[in-house]
Amino acid sequence: MTARIGVVTFPGSLDERDAARAVRIAGGEAVALWHGDEDLRGVDAVVLPGGFSYGDYLRCGAIARFAPVMSLVIEQAAAGMPVLGICNGFQVLCEAHLLPGALIRNDHRKFNCVDQPLRVESTATAWTSAYTNGQNIVVPLKNGEGGYVADDDTLDRLEGEGRVVVRYVGDNPNGSYRGVAGIANDRGNVVGLMPHPEHAIETLTGPSTDGLGFFTSVLHSLVTA
Amino acid sequence: MARVVVDVMLKPEILDPQGQAVAQALPRLGFDGITDVRQGKRFELEIDGEVTEERLAQLRDAAETLLSNPVIEDYTVRVEP
Repeated sequence: MTARIGVVTFPGSLDERDAARAVRIAGGEAVALWHGDEDLRGVDAVVLPGGFSYGDYLRCGAIARFAPVMSLVIEQAAAGMPVLGICNGFQVLCEAHLLPGALIRNDHRKFNCVDQPLRVESTATAWTSAYTNGQNIVVPLKNGEGGYVADDDTLDRLEGEGRVVVRYVGDNPNGSYRGVAGIANDRGNVVGLMPHPEHAIETLTGPSTDGLGFFTSVLHSLVTA
Repeated sequence: MARVVVDVMLKPEILDPQGQAVAQALPRLGFDGITDVRQGKRFELEIDGEVTEERLAQLRDAAETLLSNPVIEDYTVRVEP
């Protein structure tokens, strides 16, 4: 028996196939969910993939946050279900107030596409337990609006509570405050990050296999839960 | 029919890369003396019937819930005469 991980497709999502593939390579069963679904099909966790949901109209993630499937995701996230938001998925989680802060346009105003070094700063989440604290990993980063912003109190709280999950190593690629690349909610079941671990699961197509740990982590947390 | 205008601006402490790009382009075109630019959004909502206080409260709710993200943006709601 393996865990069922739902991957949501919004109109304009791009990376749902890679996310589903990452789930399968990690040993899970990927379940396709549609933005209009009013049923989570009994999944044990949900991934919100990257892309440009609803054309990034209004603000990135602002419209997707009100998709029917999101009401269920928000409800289940509050009940402790693991949820991972990657890139646009991270933006959706911030718009949905499941995570604090917001993502704004990169400070250099250019779309960024690089193999990005990161440091894992919290392994106390459902999605990062397979890593070691302080571990350096390399996964692709590709976005135009990846600047993480929040007020100083929020940033202090995130750092103080160990909720900065991954931080950029080296030059800050997008102007994110304090180099924050990904964060968790207080319970550690909801994680959002701008870099794309689902693109770093096989050496044929990725710069490393460093991203696989996100998906093996959640399967481990679900099976041992 | 009435028109309600919602203006949304990034909070002053939030970096505005688009505004900065505009600010840098202006002097190149010969428009001097502009020290800073902040770029925002303007929504024009066409309202059926009279805009009552209750209706306005609903529209403020819409501005707070969807039209703006209060984490990074401020908004104003006004009825256009």
